[in-house]
Amino acid sequence: MLNEENEEVKKYSRLSDGIRVDLKLVAALVDPNARVLDVGCGDGSLLRYLVEKKNVDGRGLEISQSGVRACLLQGLSVVQGDADTDLKNYPSGAFDFVVLSETLQTTHNPLVVLQELVRIGRFAIVSFPNFGYWRCRWQLLVRGHMPVTKSLPLSWHATPNIHFSTIADFLDTCAEKNISVERSYAVNQRGEPIRFGGGRFYPNIFGAQGVFLLTAGASKTADELVAG
Amino acid sequence: MKSSDYMTPVETPTANAGRQIPDTFDHQPNLLIEGNNALLLDSGVSIGPVTIAYQTYGNLNSDKSNAILVCHALTGDQYVAGIHPVTGRPGWWDNVVGPGLPLDTDHYFVLCANVLGGCMGSLGPPEINSQTGKPYALSFPVVTIADMVRAQALLLDHLDIEQLFCVIGGSMGGMQVLEWASRYPQRLFSAIPIAASARHTAQNIAFHEVGRQAIMSDPDWCGGDYLRQDKCPEQGLAVARMTAHITYLSDAAFHRKFGRMLQDDKEITYGFDAEFQVESYLRHQGSSFVDRFDANSYLYITRAMDYFDLAGEHNGALSQSFKNTPVRFCVIAFTSDWLFPVAESQAVVRALNANAANVSFCEIETDKGHDSFLLNEPGFFDVLNGFLRGAAKHRGLI
Repeated sequence: MLNEENEEVKKYSRLSDGIRVDLKLVAALVDPNARVLDVGCGDGSLLRYLVEKKNVDGRGLEISQSGVRACLLQGLSVVQGDADTDLKNYPSGAFDFVVLSETLQTTHNPLVVLQELVRIGRFAIVSFPNFGYWRCRWQLLVRGHMPVTKSLPLSWHATPNIHFSTIADFLDTCAEKNISVERSYAVNQRGEPIRFGGGRFYPNIFGAQGVFLLTAGASKTADELVAG
Repeated sequence: MKSSDYMTPVETPTANAGRQIPDTFDHQPNLLIEGNNALLLDSGVSIGPVTIAYQTYGNLNSDKSNAILVCHALTGDQYVAGIHPVTGRPGWWDNVVGPGLPLDTDHYFVLCANVLGGCMGSLGPPEINSQTGKPYALSFPVVTIADMVRAQALLLDHLDIEQLFCVIGGSMGGMQVLEWASRYPQRLFSAIPIAASARHTAQNIAFHEVGRQAIMSDPDWCGGDYLRQDKCPEQGLAVARMTAHITYLSDAAFHRKFGRMLQDDKEITYGFDAEFQVESYLRHQGSSFVDRFDANSYLYITRAMDYFDLAGEHNGALSQSFKNTPVRFCVIAFTSDWLFPVAESQAVVRALNANAANVSFCEIETDKGHDSFLLNEPGFFDVLNGFLRGAAKHRGLI
């Protein structure tokens, strides 16, 4: 599913600058000096990285007070709020990039959130754990247990994740909802993009997470997507 | 005069407990500026010359870019830090303004002015009307939050400060911050409205009305003319203060401090003396307040708050008040504040987000109620420190 030989992506994948490896891929997709909204920004590590390394005009939206405090202590601009209810307040096209990293699966209404992301941002960058990952399939099919992996580290009763999806599900949804997938990546457990010849079958099995660059508008078909 | 405890926190501050309060700041006599021109008020009335009493802390840098204007609350005044010259007690934000504190006077030039309509030296109802030689009393025109802000802008002109680094304030001070950001967006770099609201709600107005009725029904109020008749509506003003003070705290704060404890651990007497500790506390709050506050000022300032509705001039669209604002905002609310609930701050944040403004917003988890902004809440200080440091970096101050 890695469909682009993106020098930036390769460069960031080699680095480890104190942010989660999978965030480096997200960061690589953001243009320097852009206006960025990080939805579900947590402790602000991605936002800080983008502000410091890419000189973005960055804002965050975070639901937890501890996360908000951590962001503010670093001098980041962050609003305590809820992706499910607060995105509608932002004007259309207010940001160049709206990032939703590992948060979509925790929202109550992921469809609405997705549509808000591409409305608010010229581009949306969305990453989520792939429930179609082979380790998930193995644990469910053979062992009969809900999957617990590096991307899905918590037990069924403790996880904040309420809307699981696979990479294939996500692509279908984007197509249905007229959301254009500009770039798509499957990443391994270490957060590194992995290459496949084509098709979505293998990425949906071997990708621990999916990372997507989206815009509003006519979606390509899933097959076109994978071909890049 | 008795000591002032008008904003004495219910909780004893812990971070500063035992701290020797340094009289770091020289208390200049009130610096008075006389406006050359009359100030045109929202009511259409002109008033002048305008006297503004203010205090400063720290030093203004050479390019005048490090000034922070503190806006005080309903019963506050310009004596933010150090020892209050009238009450002999620490200034009301002594835990926030000073060297090494969030509003660090080693780096910032902090100023605070007594509001228009107040009673600590700025033009207000107890001041002498130069035309009549008598106190204004009820002949003083009704002022608004916007009028207070206009007067503060005059002060900035006088000090030749083109742009403030920050305007900050809690409660009514936060209302002034929002008015500042709406009215003079180019004159401030950042804004921190705390425990505030863009409008006074019906409940807010209702509590104020109880306070005003208490004052005006006191025979010693004399139709507002008590100063000339050498009287003071002490009972009325004290009751107004007692009522208001309840709204500044929370059920949990009252319970923790007083519970159902009786004075001096005596037994109940089946009478109406102040038997419960909370009664005694409130009576003390009331009686000490009358020593330092003017009853007519209380009427005027509560009225100014009641009239405040920032969205009013935009047909209810608050986002219009912040159209394309360049100001960096940090909106702070306290979870147990039932006087200016979190939802009111969220409405401000929504309006700012609608403009894609640079806004930060944090709900501080505390059970201490509205007055939390006067207390040593670690989460609150973290947010203040972090936001100010970030803003100072962007402003090129550090």
